[in-house]
Amino acid sequence: MSDAPHILTLKIDDQDVSAVEGQTILAVARENGIAVPTLCFLKGLSPVGACRLCLVEIKGVPKLLPACVTRAAEGMEVTTDSPRLREYRRTILELLFAERNHVCSICVSNNNCELQSLARAQGLTHVRVPYRHPRLGVDATHSRFSADHNRCILCARCVRVCDEIEGAHTWDIMGRGIDCRVITDMNQPWGQSDTCTSCGKCVHVCPTGTLTEKGVAAAEMKKRQQFLPYLTAMREERE
Amino acid sequence: MPPIPKKVDPPSADKRWRMVDNTMRKHGYRPDALIESLHTMQECFGYLEEPGLRYVAQALRLPLSKVYGVATFYHFFTLKPKGRHTCVVCMGTACYIKGAQNILDEIEHKYGVKPGETTKDDALSVLTARCIGSCGLAAAVVVDGAIAGKVSAKQTLDLIEKAVAS
Amino acid sequence: MTPEELRELAARRREELQEFKYRLNVCLAAGCQSCHGDSVYKALKAEVESRKLEGVQVRGVGCLSLCAEGPLVQVEPDNLLYQRVRAEDAPELIESMYGKPLKRLACPTDAPFFAAQKQIVLENSGRIDPESLEDYLAADGYEGLMRALTEMTPAEVIAEMTTSGLRGRGGGGFPTGLKWSTVAKSKGAKKFVICNGDEGDPGAFMDRSVLESDPHRVIEGMIIAGYAVGASHGYAYIRAEYPLAVKRIQNAIKQATKVGLLGEGICGTGFGFTIEVRLGAGAFVCGEETALIASIEGKRGQPRPRPPFPAESGLWGYPTLINNVETFANVPPILRNGGAWFAGMGTEKSKGTKVFALAGRVKNTGLIEVPMGITLRKIIFDIGGGIPDGKKFKAVQTGGPSGGCIPEEHLDMPVDYDSLAKVGSIMGSGGMIVMDETSCMVDVAKYFMEFCKSESCGKCVPCRAGTDQMHGLLSKICAGEATMDDLALLEHLCEVVKNTSLCGLGQTAPNPVLSTLRYFRHEYLAHIQEKRCPAGVCKIKAAAEVHA
Ligand SMILES: Cc1cc2nc3c(=O)[nH]c(=O)nc-3n(C[C@H](O)[C@H](O)[C@H](O)COP(=O)(O)O)c2cc1C
Ligand code: SF4
Ligand code: FES
Ligand code: FES
Repeated sequence: MSDAPHILTLKIDDQDVSAVEGQTILAVARENGIAVPTLCFLKGLSPVGACRLCLVEIKGVPKLLPACVTRAAEGMEVTTDSPRLREYRRTILELLFAERNHVCSICVSNNNCELQSLARAQGLTHVRVPYRHPRLGVDATHSRFSADHNRCILCARCVRVCDEIEGAHTWDIMGRGIDCRVITDMNQPWGQSDTCTSCGKCVHVCPTGTLTEKGVAAAEMKKRQQFLPYLTAMREERE
Repeated sequence: MPPIPKKVDPPSADKRWRMVDNTMRKHGYRPDALIESLHTMQECFGYLEEPGLRYVAQALRLPLSKVYGVATFYHFFTLKPKGRHTCVVCMGTACYIKGAQNILDEIEHKYGVKPGETTKDDALSVLTARCIGSCGLAAAVVVDGAIAGKVSAKQTLDLIEKAVAS
Repeated sequence: MTPEELRELAARRREELQEFKYRLNVCLAAGCQSCHGDSVYKALKAEVESRKLEGVQVRGVGCLSLCAEGPLVQVEPDNLLYQRVRAEDAPELIESMYGKPLKRLACPTDAPFFAAQKQIVLENSGRIDPESLEDYLAADGYEGLMRALTEMTPAEVIAEMTTSGLRGRGGGGFPTGLKWSTVAKSKGAKKFVICNGDEGDPGAFMDRSVLESDPHRVIEGMIIAGYAVGASHGYAYIRAEYPLAVKRIQNAIKQATKVGLLGEGICGTGFGFTIEVRLGAGAFVCGEETALIASIEGKRGQPRPRPPFPAESGLWGYPTLINNVETFANVPPILRNGGAWFAGMGTEKSKGTKVFALAGRVKNTGLIEVPMGITLRKIIFDIGGGIPDGKKFKAVQTGGPSGGCIPEEHLDMPVDYDSLAKVGSIMGSGGMIVMDETSCMVDVAKYFMEFCKSESCGKCVPCRAGTDQMHGLLSKICAGEATMDDLALLEHLCEVVKNTSLCGLGQTAPNPVLSTLRYFRHEYLAHIQEKRCPAGVCKIKAAAEVHA
């Protein structure tokens, strides 16, 4: 790693930008003040490319690629915003809203929800696909936190922060396809988990009102994620 | 929490756990032994019971939620015991085109069970498969492990009746 | 063993085989076993023993192709094929060997079903005992490997593969030589070879048949690949739903290891290679290469974004070569006969042959191998014998849940990767399902969407939630409850899911809908506007009932 980092130049939305080799398109865009919507991505956690909101067009590449995992390359010409991308992003958000029950007005995370603010930013006014109205439970067995599965978007941030940062791997996802659900340990009540350290990291990385602190009124739950880049930076330092 | 013992003991003295142990040992108790071990467990016990999943998780030093996540991802694995007899109806394309749906409907009509369910008396479990590789003989069903090809709904019901009576 | 010793083994078996004047080859592959081929085998064996006949061998073999007419028995030296043989027929069949052929059970092998086929991958299928290494050796088995190891450098092996023009038989049609050379060039402390035997297309059984009828061929292909790319360990990932295939490949690995065809210093050279079997567990998505890798690592079979491709970073982060069963099965004959020989067959861009599992509403169902470029019409009407019961042909489905339905108007098109793509389908792994007028195309689209929905891994949003929504809309159309707005929404979702999903499953899930919409839009409209299912498959409540 002694070699000086290799510098690349590329174009994002017609803007000439430079990148360090290995940087993702998303990182370069953000450094240059270009907004790309993301949901499953969270700085400090391994990127998974699952929500597909950050898809961008790259000249000469027939497929759309996720900015959060795709590395910048010399001479790349990236488009992060186009009518087509906007339409796709809106549809993906609609699919998320219809998948579970996202009733913002009664949610503790109202106005502090990443799904909600993305919908606003993308100009989503109504949902065309039919609501599925699943009846999923609320797990209130933990002494300090609760999990409302009706609001989960399966971004797996909780799974990743618990595994990668806390090292407990209490959370994972069970089932598959539309039946996926986040679970603690052997799909047992959170409060009875053998491995949960009650650190609360999962609560603060959860982008919606799924994982929250108990005793918080509607629209009161504020999430604090600043610990994450700090913790990761410290770990990198130690390695 | 008490410290995790170096050597974990199987959930019971049942000899079948030795088979599961064998599989785990053969793979050096590495994380990638998980799916193979679950296969052995299901073969030995007919399904994956929770204490067994916990045991495998500990022996392979894997997070509990990960083991549960894997066990529920793969449809070949079942966490519920099956009935004394099983009828698997192939729902692959060839069989579907040749009336597999009708076979399922008739079974439900007679026994009151849908795919994935077991009759109340535990006599019969009805399952579906995604192509059992006998498409040349569609529609195909497997009753208690024996494949029968080119069957109609009526023939399937007869096969089930014979199996359940035996 | 050295090549000389192996060749001696082969020569000895050839002699042994010649000692039998008569041979009864009984198909014991899955198809015939499911109509009691094994009891025929036992009856014939008992009959030969009780009569104390000399020079007669009863042998269990792999698939004899015409599964629909099983159990099949082939009698040598006259090469007569008998169909629908029952255990009670054993005495008569034995007597017929010394007298006149048994007309009652004869299966005409000069029929187009057999005559129009060209067998490379299936050359040994039904002709050797799949559980015998010596039988495989006697049929020139492992000659390709010996040639590669003793006469060629890895680069020369790859060049031979490139010359052959072989393209991946797992569905994508990626040039095999190019893939091998990429893995060969990738740097890694270790490399792996994976054989993709997950065969998830729900209406296809080619790979199963190859594994059951000629397992050594796949192993030979994997070892050659290992030599070419510089890997020393391989995994054969096989569906757990195929117990016989698993048993046969395990047996073959054991035999090959015993004679030093696997392990250290293969054939007395410095090259070593081992193979381990891993079982799939009922997840179609595990046919996708990054999901398959996750599954071998013991994880949930969820794909990850590519790049990096497995060729650079695959199993445990090492460069990994993944090929399909049939792709590997093509390798030994290419090495034996040369790439140019292989390139002499097929069309300009699609070389060699393709194995198809012909099934559905067609007279002769079974496993066929045809040269690339043959027309669909020839396959369905000559080889397949047309549609039974005087019904009318409607469509042929290729490529399974990732493919499409091809109507009558395109039947004269040659079967190759590019032509199939042009009409909105894909070659796929080789499932070919014929449909007649009794099939409703909307119902078929719904069937495949239900499949994709329940096989979606759930990781990415468009596939997880989109397939569920599309399935809901298709169900609504089938029930006669949909509006034209629903159809428009369906088409929109098709576009979004196709373009935004993470892996091939989601990206191709809309294909069956898109292709049926392209050719059979009138059937959709009949359901929506006239509340009527033209094929009479969908149960639509009469309009009066709905409003009552
Ligand atoms: C959803 C999905 C399912 C697949 N299933 C299979 C399969 O069952 N068998 C297979 O060989 N390839 C399958 N593939 C293709 C593989 O990912 C891969 O391309 C192939 O194994 C490469 O081998 P080949 O180059 O020899 O074709 C599948 C791909 C996708 C996206
Ligand atoms: S496209 Fe479907 S199967 Fe593939 S990663 Fe996305 S959810 Fe999983
Ligand atoms: S943020 Fe990139 S795919 Fe979710
Ligand atoms: S579709 Fe039923 S066996 Fe293949």
